[in-house]
Amino acid sequence: MRSSPKSVAGLNWLLLAGVVGLAVVPLMVTRNGAFEGADTAATKTIEAMQPDYQPWVNPVLEPASGELESLLFAVQAGLGAGVIGYVLGRYQGRNAASRDKQN
Amino acid sequence: MFQIFRRFRLALLAGLGVYWVVGVAQPAQAMHIREGYLPPAWAIVWWVVYLPFLIWGFFALRRITRQFPEAKLLLALAGAFTFVLSALKLPSVTGSCSHPTGTGLGAILFGPGVMSVLGGLVLLFQALLLAHGGLTTLGANGFSMAVVGPLVACGVYQGVMGLSRRQRVAVFLAAALADLVTYVVTSLQLALAFPAVEGGIGAAFAKFATIFAITQVPLAVSEGLLTVLVWNWLQTYSRPELESLALLKEGA
Repeated sequence: MRSSPKSVAGLNWLLLAGVVGLAVVPLMVTRNGAFEGADTAATKTIEAMQPDYQPWVNPVLEPASGELESLLFAVQAGLGAGVIGYVLGRYQGRNAASRDKQN
Repeated sequence: MFQIFRRFRLALLAGLGVYWVVGVAQPAQAMHIREGYLPPAWAIVWWVVYLPFLIWGFFALRRITRQFPEAKLLLALAGAFTFVLSALKLPSVTGSCSHPTGTGLGAILFGPGVMSVLGGLVLLFQALLLAHGGLTTLGANGFSMAVVGPLVACGVYQGVMGLSRRQRVAVFLAAALADLVTYVVTSLQLALAFPAVEGGIGAAFAKFATIFAITQVPLAVSEGLLTVLVWNWLQTYSRPELESLALLKEGA
């Protein structure tokens, strides 16, 4: 299955719009949601089901605040996105270079 | 005059910084099974289950980098993709947040073995630095995210390709289902460790599945869309690698 470059670009924009839409719709539909992590909800369920359960280990390092945690998550996403951009950029450059040679 | 204003602004920034760091403490909110939230016996069981896959993954990784050194760049991309996606905590219709796993792409490109290592590395990073998941629960989280997810991705991809040859549909379904199944397995792991007093494992599974798996449905769709997006880019710019990878997999 080969599509023209133009229709692929159009599809890519649609895909991105879909991802944004899927993130925005829950915020509008579930207005009174707490939007806490699903693992917090699971932890609460465990505590409700077995009130005497005590976690037997604590995390090695716990970010001191929500801001520091979100900083670390942003660093994680940034590093990953940088690598993806670098790899795709190299491939794109290679393609452009081989096209120039042919012309 | 200007100097004073600048000093004042600096002090304000520093003050706010300290306030944010010290003052606004929030509980860590994240995903996966938390550190200490699996009883020791279950933590060991899942580590024992995960380890053989991890070793298999190291061998697969070594084989691919030796037979196909040009693939290292693509391997970095697959790893970076899980890294980014597991940092994106997205809101869901259930009113809580979760994040995708991003293991489908690498599993389709390199086979499931490689992802047991790459996914494990992401989990290790988050367990050590972010208090997200944990070292004792890494066996369980690794098994769900880095083993079962990628296996499902490969199975679904092969299945859909065998039936219809529509590659984008196959990539979408593989990535989305791998994401969803990861959290179904997480729910099952929690249900086994914490069976309900009434209804046992089944009732507990239903409870955890509503928390994890239903929250995950829209996120799984997002992950499918993002994976197809990267797939399209690779199809445009990286045809030689994709072609030799397909050959490599058949030859192996």
